[in-house]
Amino acid sequence: MDITVFKSKKLVVVGLVLLILIWLATSPLYASSSNIRLLSTILMYIILAVSWAMFSGPTGYMSLAPAAFFGVGIYTAAFLYARGSPLLPLPAVIVAACAISFVIALLVGLVTLRLKGIYFAIFSFGLIVLLGLIVQYWENQIIGRRGQHVVAESTETVFYVMLAILVATLLVAYFLRRSRWGMAMLSIGGNEEAAAHMGVNTTMVKVFTFAISATFMGAVGAIMATRWIYVDPSTAFNPMYSFMPVLMAVFGGMGQLYGPVLGAAVFAYLERMLRHEFPAYYMIVFGVILIIVVLFLPGGLVGLIPKLRDRLRGVIAKLRKGGQAEQHANT
Amino acid sequence: MIESLPSIIIGGILMGSIYALIAMGLSLQYGVARVINLAHGEFIMIGAILTWMLYTSFGVNPLLSVAIVGPFLLVIGFILHRTLFTSLRTKAPSQGAFEGSSLLIAFGFIFILQNIAILIWGGNVKAYSYLNFPVRFLGTTFAANRLVAFALVIAIGVAFFFFLTRTRLGKAIRAAAQDPATAGLMGVNINRVLPLCFGLGAFLAGLAGVLLSMSRAISATMGLSYTIIALIVVALGGLGSIPGSFIGGFILGIIGSIVSFWQPALSMIVFYGIFLILLLVRPTGILGKK
Repeated sequence: MDITVFKSKKLVVVGLVLLILIWLATSPLYASSSNIRLLSTILMYIILAVSWAMFSGPTGYMSLAPAAFFGVGIYTAAFLYARGSPLLPLPAVIVAACAISFVIALLVGLVTLRLKGIYFAIFSFGLIVLLGLIVQYWENQIIGRRGQHVVAESTETVFYVMLAILVATLLVAYFLRRSRWGMAMLSIGGNEEAAAHMGVNTTMVKVFTFAISATFMGAVGAIMATRWIYVDPSTAFNPMYSFMPVLMAVFGGMGQLYGPVLGAAVFAYLERMLRHEFPAYYMIVFGVILIIVVLFLPGGLVGLIPKLRDRLRGVIAKLRKGGQAEQHANT
Repeated sequence: MIESLPSIIIGGILMGSIYALIAMGLSLQYGVARVINLAHGEFIMIGAILTWMLYTSFGVNPLLSVAIVGPFLLVIGFILHRTLFTSLRTKAPSQGAFEGSSLLIAFGFIFILQNIAILIWGGNVKAYSYLNFPVRFLGTTFAANRLVAFALVIAIGVAFFFFLTRTRLGKAIRAAAQDPATAGLMGVNINRVLPLCFGLGAFLAGLAGVLLSMSRAISATMGLSYTIIALIVVALGGLGSIPGSFIGGFILGIIGSIVSFWQPALSMIVFYGIFLILLLVRPTGILGKK
């Protein structure tokens, strides 16, 4: 009986995911274009948060590099999809952004992933600023023009490409979690030395997962560039695109795949509501929530659910007991 | 290049002394309190802007505001550590988990402090003029405020060195740096010493802010670049070593002043390059122990 319950539960989840995807895919037919833009932004943050959690969640290596690969994607589009002289069609540009981010992440991973804990976090943060400074130097000193123009794509195109990347990200994240590879990552997070002794090729697992997660970040960057149209080093390599996904994933909780999705959706919406009118207040709220979550919600929103359920069960059990006791008293 | 070499080197040493002061603070916070305080630069910014405000609005001498800004940030740092990081440290399952969480909290500080500063004082660049007359020094000319800052940093460095090596509290701090748990067993009040170190780090950041505001333009968003410089100097000189901070600070100051003489646009790239290479080759620094 348990098996049928499990199966029907699984069916419900799959059905729900399909429904949401169908709703998303058809939304450009009836939603206003400003709402489609909002949805694209939410999808962007979901992809960044899920792909960050793909690597940093199970292994415990805190990467602050998302903004670096995001920026690499943006500048790939700036080169290959420049306004007036696009070198490649859009799909090829996205694939190129994936490939370039993958290769850079592979190289960076090979050199840096032997750094432990905090040093890796600092290095990955330094990477954003270093890449930004190099691009800025190249623009100012060599081509003598700050910023690049990118071919503008329609709101719908951006949205559908974003949706496709999201589906790919979620599928990869889902299968990674369930595979032997995912177990290997968890064991690295638990105790790296022990994992190595058990026969896990820790370097390969870490480096490849890092590179795979960077692939999606690069893809998102490339498509966002066609929406922003004009990009420069300070918008492309903005550390906020590292902090936001980390906060979203931590806020949503990394215990479940849908944790980062939830966190990203909530924060992307909040950002849209508050950022333009009250930027300073928005950032202060952002900081306060970050601190509160780290201090009091180590499992994130997702970690809260089993706790609430247990508490609810406790209350129900108490009520039942209370009722029974009353019955006993009556008889 | 050759004629201006002495002035480049001396300029680098003057700047490097401030880098050393910044790095000493970060070194205390990470080396002892185990908090990698990426908001270190925001404390520097607060110190600098407070000094600017005290001078331009109330006419308080910047050298006097050392005595106001420093203790103020010391108290704030102590309270922050006592309220947030102490409970985090006791709950954390491992050292690594604590360091990761405290890094995130430090990010939270960056957003909060920087934007509070923007709300109160605005995001524009500020500067004031104090002790800004030229002084001939070793055949070259410098603004008096930079020489005063240099003398103050040396005095603070020496004072801190003796504080850590000669006093009972200094001994307790050094014990806590080696192993907080064992130090606790030996009668060191860890829940007081660690917040104190975090507070002292904020204190040093505040002093650096006061000195920086005398010779440089300041703004609410200046923090991050100084945090990075502090990280580089700590990476160069080694964690928890005051002489190391000074050596690292001078090296970085001289390199920075040579590179910015030759190719100003490259100086930050060179800083980062040095930093990333150092992290890879020798994460414990020149004089680091671990």
